[in-house]
Order: sequence, then structure tokens, then C-alpha cells
Amino acid sequence: MNPEIIGQYLPLYGEAAILTVELGFLGVLFSAVVGLFCAAVLYLRVPILRQIVWIYIELSRNTPLLIQLFFIYYGLPKVGIRTTPAVCGVAGLTFLGGSYMAEAFRSGLEAVPKIQEESALSLGMTKAQAIRLVILPQAFSVSVPALVANVIFLLKETSVFSAVSLMDLMFTAKNLIGLYYDTTEALFLLVVFYLIILLPVGVLGTVLEKRVRYAGFGS
Amino acid sequence: MSEEVLTLRGVVKEFDGKTILDGIDLTIRQGEVAVIIGPSGCGKSTLLRCINALEPIREGEILLQGEPIRAGAKNLPSLRQKIGMVFQSYDLYPHMTVMENITLSPRKVQKRDRREVEREAAELLARVGLSDKAESYPRQLSGGQKQRVAIVRMLIMQPEILLFDEVTAALDPEMVREVLDVMLELAHQGRTMLIVTHEMAFAQAIAHRIIFMDDGRIVEEGTPGQFFTKPQTKRAQEFLDRFRFDT
Ligand SMILES: Nc1ncnc2c1ncn2[C@@H]1O[C@H](COP(=O)(O)OP(=O)(O)O)[C@@H](O)[C@H]1O
Ligand SMILES: [Mg+2]
Repeated sequence: MNPEIIGQYLPLYGEAAILTVELGFLGVLFSAVVGLFCAAVLYLRVPILRQIVWIYIELSRNTPLLIQLFFIYYGLPKVGIRTTPAVCGVAGLTFLGGSYMAEAFRSGLEAVPKIQEESALSLGMTKAQAIRLVILPQAFSVSVPALVANVIFLLKETSVFSAVSLMDLMFTAKNLIGLYYDTTEALFLLVVFYLIILLPVGVLGTVLEKRVRYAGFGS
Repeated sequence: MSEEVLTLRGVVKEFDGKTILDGIDLTIRQGEVAVIIGPSGCGKSTLLRCINALEPIREGEILLQGEPIRAGAKNLPSLRQKIGMVFQSYDLYPHMTVMENITLSPRKVQKRDRREVEREAAELLARVGLSDKAESYPRQLSGGQKQRVAIVRMLIMQPEILLFDEVTAALDPEMVREVLDVMLELAHQGRTMLIVTHEMAFAQAIAHRIIFMDDGRIVEEGTPGQFFTKPQTKRAQEFLDRFRFDT
């Protein structure tokens, strides 16, 4: 490995990493919003919306992100919806992540025993209060491990962004290899930068899991 | 006669087309302690859950101090505050301390002042012998302690009637007494109570009236003296025989 080459590549990777983190962060954030919404629809058994959410989840989970991105980037303009590569990346990641987040939230909600809601209601709470004050905090603590796994999964999935010509880490590595054939250095940096992004997320996740475990069940 | 707190008229409840409560008529008056007994599966829990509108009913009406209780009605949360309920399974909020469990509804629902509520909670905890547990989490408590906290949590709402559904059924034998003692104390204070239990000696000690249910109906009612010594119906007789060992 040539340290000089690594030194030259470093700024390029730095820029790409920032793009990856920015788009990844937005994608994760919107995925969580979509996921929470879908989980709420399923949990509350909202008619009609429930069927729509179910179809969305199946579609989202059973198609690769690459295909979803192609659809948004090349397909939607045909019906007049034009997007920039960045918007396309975030939208694709959200479309994929929403269903995974929905599953994580839903399994948390379902882990909360029915009696919890009933005792909250019997103590005079409205359903909305029971959900906000009693059910969601417990559901969240069950969901955290799955949510953390999803965040890591989604950040890794950003590596297909290069397919819609976003200059993310993967794009940068492939590009440099194509131009200069310094395969070792390019791939080494790729691994290092993904680790720099993902390791802190993993550590933060573990800390969070410990902190919310107080809600432990079997009480 | 004292005021009617709870009135049920012709209450019918079905689950999946099966009749579970088959025309229940029941009146509970101010200060009365009524105990419901009956074989497992006869509808006792369902009856209490209907009173609290946790289950919708098919026919009949349920009145709390003259006001109808209906599942889905707008005034349900305020009516439910007047009905205290303790379940068989431990149902404390596991993510909150004992103090937070007790003060949550008074603060968020009744909008009472935090300090005042915490002071009252501390007094009530002292009365059930749990002063030192205010900052504990439910998982750190024994079953008997949890049920006593659950009782405090409903008492602080200042309910008009207290419903207990086999609150000692899931407890280890040595913890049953500490919970029953709290309930006896409430009865002595003149609280209006409707209790489902399988503890026959306790029923005899606490009840003004025994209500015997079987198969979704009230089969027999009477004072504990009448009921336990001279049950009028064959079904009550047979039920009581199952709890005797000397015959
Ligand atoms: N949610 C439910 N769905 C269907 N059947 C139920 C439900 N809850 C109770 N039941 C049925 O209603 C009957 C009465 O149950 P329950 O009120 O729990 O009896 P008890 O408390 O007297 O033992 C039982 O046959 C039970 O299987
Ligand atoms: Mg029962």
C-alpha cells in the first residue's frame, strides 16, 4: 500500500463520506417517521390505510434498493416527476427503510401487554394519553435493538447510491479504481471510511440499549 | 336505603356469537361490599370489564350514579376515574417508579398539583406499608407489594366504587394476606366495593352480600351467613362443596 496515494485520495473520500452521512442521516430520519406512521396505522387497525400500508411494506421489503432507486430516478420522470440524485437517494432509502422501521416499531408495540393499555384507560386516561404515556415508552425500549440494526443496515445500503451517480463512498472508490487502478488503496479507504461512520453508530446503539433496558418486562 | 352507586340492567355480553353474560341485573349501594363468586369461566372478569367499558355490551345498561357507561362514549375517561379497578395480573407500568406509577393519572388526567399528589401518594403508601418503596421499579417488588401499589394507584383517583378481579389469585400463598388486609381496611372505611375472589374465608369476612354466578347469570344472592350455610340452589351447593374437605 502506498501512503502517498492514500494521502491524495483522503480528501476525496472525506467529501464522499460527508455526502454519505448527510443522505444516510436524512434517509434514516424520514424512514423512522414513515415507520412510526405505518406502525401506528397497523396498531390502531385504521381501516383502508391499513391495507395500503400492508401493500407498501410488502413492496418495500421484497424489492432491492437498487431497483427502487432506478424506478425513482429513471421511471418517475416519465410521468413528469423529476428528481435530483440526492433527493432520489433519500427518497429511495426512505422507501426501503420505512418498512423496516415500521416492523421494528410494530414489534415493540405488540410486545406491550394489552393490560397496560387497559389499566391506563381504567385510570381515566384517553386512548391517546395511554399510548403516549404508557405504551410508546415501553414499545420504544423493546424496539431499540431493531431500530439500531436498521440504522446500520440503511447506512450500509447507501453504497448503492452510486447507481444514480451520487458521489458517495462507493462511487468514489469505483471511480478511482477505474481511473488509476490503485485497487488496494481505494478499497482500504472504502472499508476504513465505512467503519468510521458505522462504528460510532453501533457504540451509541449499545449505550442506548442499556439505558432503556430499565423498562424490562417480566415485571 | 343509601344511594345506588352502580346499577346493571339486563346486561348481555357476547364473544364471537357466544353469550357470556346472559342478562345481569345488579345494584350496588353506597358503602356496600359485594363479593362475586362462581366457577372459572362463568363470566366474572367479563362482568367487571364491562362495568369499566373495557368491553362493549350487546344489550342492557350500566349506570354509575345514574350516568350511563358506554364503550366509545366521550365522557368515558371521566366516568372511569370514578371506577377504581385492580386486575389479577400485575399491571404496574414497568418503565416508571412506584411514585410515578401512582402520580401519573392524578397529574395528567386530573391535572392536580404534583407536590400535593406526591404527598398524598406517600401517605397512602405508608398506609399499605410500602413507604420505603416509592422510588423502586415494579420489577424490584414482590407480587404482593405490586398489588398493594396497584391498589394505591387506583385509590388516589378518589373513585366512587372499587372493583377487584381476583387480585390475589396469582400471588404466592404467603403474600395473599397482606393484600387481603388492605382490602379489609378499605371495607372498614366504608368504601363501596365489588370483589371477585376465590378466597372463601375472606369473602365470608368482608362481604355484606355474596353474589353467586354460573354460566353468565346471577344464580343466587344472599348474605354470607345465608349463602355459606344454606345455599338455595343446587349449583351453589355443588360449587361450595368443592371447597370443603370435611364432607
Ligand atoms: N376476549 C375474549 N374473547 C373471547 N372469549 C372470551 C374473551 N374473554 C373471555 N372470554 C370467554 O368468556 C368466558 C368468561 O370468561 P371470564 O369472564 O374470564 O370468566 P371468569 O373470570 O369467571 O373466570 C370464558 O368462556 C372465556 O373463554
Ligand atoms: Mg376471571
